[in-house]
Amino acid sequence: MQIKTLFKGLFIALPLVTMMACTSTKDQGMSEAEANQAAMAQAEADKKAAEAKAAEAKATAMAEAKDMAEKEKRNALSMLQNASTVYFDFDTASLSSSAYDLLSKHADFLAKNPGQSVVIEGHCDSRGTPEYNIALGERRAKSVETFLMNSGVSSSQISVVSYGEEKPAVNGSTESAFAKNRRGVLVYQ
Amino acid sequence: MKKIVFAAFVTYLSLFAYQANATLEIVITEGVNRARPLGIVPFHTQPGLVLPSSLDEVIAADLTRSGKFYAIDPAQMPQLPKTDAEVDYSSWASTGAEAILIGNVEEQGLDEYRVSLQLVDVIRGQITGGQSQVLSNGQLVPSKDHILDEWSVVISASEFRQYAHRISDIIYEKLTGEKGAFLTRIAYVIVRDRETEEYPYQLSVADYDGANETVLLRSREPLMSPSWSPDGRKLVYVSFENKRSQIFIQDIYTMSRTIMTDFPGINGAPVFSPDGKQLALVLSKDGNPEIYVMDIASKQIRQVTRNRAIDTEPSWTPDGKELIFSSERGGKPQIYRVNLASGKTRRMTFDGDMNLGATVTPDGKQMVIVNRTRGNYHIARQDMESGNMLVLTKTYLDESPSIAPNGSMIIYSTLHEGKQVLSLVSLDGRFKARLPAADGQVKSPSWSPFL
Repeated sequence: MQIKTLFKGLFIALPLVTMMACTSTKDQGMSEAEANQAAMAQAEADKKAAEAKAAEAKATAMAEAKDMAEKEKRNALSMLQNASTVYFDFDTASLSSSAYDLLSKHADFLAKNPGQSVVIEGHCDSRGTPEYNIALGERRAKSVETFLMNSGVSSSQISVVSYGEEKPAVNGSTESAFAKNRRGVLVYQ
Repeated sequence: MKKIVFAAFVTYLSLFAYQANATLEIVITEGVNRARPLGIVPFHTQPGLVLPSSLDEVIAADLTRSGKFYAIDPAQMPQLPKTDAEVDYSSWASTGAEAILIGNVEEQGLDEYRVSLQLVDVIRGQITGGQSQVLSNGQLVPSKDHILDEWSVVISASEFRQYAHRISDIIYEKLTGEKGAFLTRIAYVIVRDRETEEYPYQLSVADYDGANETVLLRSREPLMSPSWSPDGRKLVYVSFENKRSQIFIQDIYTMSRTIMTDFPGINGAPVFSPDGKQLALVLSKDGNPEIYVMDIASKQIRQVTRNRAIDTEPSWTPDGKELIFSSERGGKPQIYRVNLASGKTRRMTFDGDMNLGATVTPDGKQMVIVNRTRGNYHIARQDMESGNMLVLTKTYLDESPSIAPNGSMIIYSTLHEGKQVLSLVSLDGRFKARLPAADGQVKSPSWSPFL
């Protein structure tokens, strides 16, 4: 498209220059006007060519930048996905201070990428009844949701689901197994 | 009515080919020494007749599992009488047996077996020698008052196991005055390895003794909280198949499913009302788990609880006028009772760190709860009026108690050797048994009504 415009400009400009050479002795006024016209056409053509070139460069730069941003987002996302679980104490839904650091990174990312949505899963250990644990798991997931929203993430990006004690991270009934199961997990869609 | 249900049940078994062999088996762990001995004499058959399955073994196992009786091992029996006339009462009395069951099975036609039964009172027989007489119209006639019950029936091969449970029900009722619950079923969830199984979550129904397991649903995502309709035809449960909780009702005969709730947040803990027209359930659509009552036909919901604490685990009183439920409104979870008409609510439990998952017994006089005391979760029963509480179990991480329709036994989920298994405990706490599963974790048991 841009190259076509460039050629168009040249086609108009070249014949005019030749005409100018033939008629220069006959009519000065005429040729001056013609020369002006030709110069204007030339200038127009040059401008168009330059514009086209600039646009091309800009597009390339933008695509490169977009690629970079996409790559960065992907990198950031995979980093976040490697650290997407926060742990809770027995029978509480309060976030620990170690959870704040982890969640802040997720919050920054989500705030920068408003198109990105996330599901927060709440989980419990197997102590207590399954129904109570569904309620407790939801409370844990909501603690995480509240933290993210307070850090600038839009509520429309977040959904919450509690699995209670139904999806333990590890099986078993040791204290360490229980501790690994009392968790909130951020799952990117 | 009972006959119709029974016939429907038999049809259902042949219709659905997806049958697993008994995955649950019952291991009695405590309480046999306190039970009353009974003589379930191995049934007599015509020479050469091979029965499709043993009736007397199922009956003996049923009655022993009730916790109230124990069936004497045939090898220890003084004799194997074919009729009441052959009974040697004094030798039976020395075994301590209060009654003996005598049965005869004969082939009557193609896939037709006649079963004839006599339930004989050993004590009465010992007094009268089986020769008692009464005066009738001025004459002495044999009264046979040592025979507690006597009847015969024709059944097909496929009905053997079910009819054995029916016989157990009759004997149990004759000897205790209380209805038997041997012809009932349990629904439960099996969870297998999520890493290796494509559909790790499975909702199943089996006879109360674990036989005749039928799979109702398999899912990639959790299945929770099955609970029976009062007519025993349907289950209501929670499924996460769409990556969020939703409540479904499934007909266990036609397998058809209806989605009942799909609100944002928790859709949980559904239970049918005693008249089968409503569900009590938990929704957190407004930000906090609250108890609602839904009219099943119109799907209209009505909010019952309203506060900032967790309210969950609703259970109906037998008259359908009240719910008991778990609430954190006082700090730690405790059991509360709410009148549905007046909204009047009062706290029921005060013992232990917390109390959860309450169910009212069929007579409405007691409730069964999960009690946590010093960090241990056990099944307990509490008198509704006096508030006296008694811990019934000593197992580990007990949860999800469900009561047999005759109020004699509780089935619950517990941790045994690192696996979730179902266990039984009698309401008086004396009898205990375990139902170990072949594979997977077994949880959320729900005992059917009388079928």
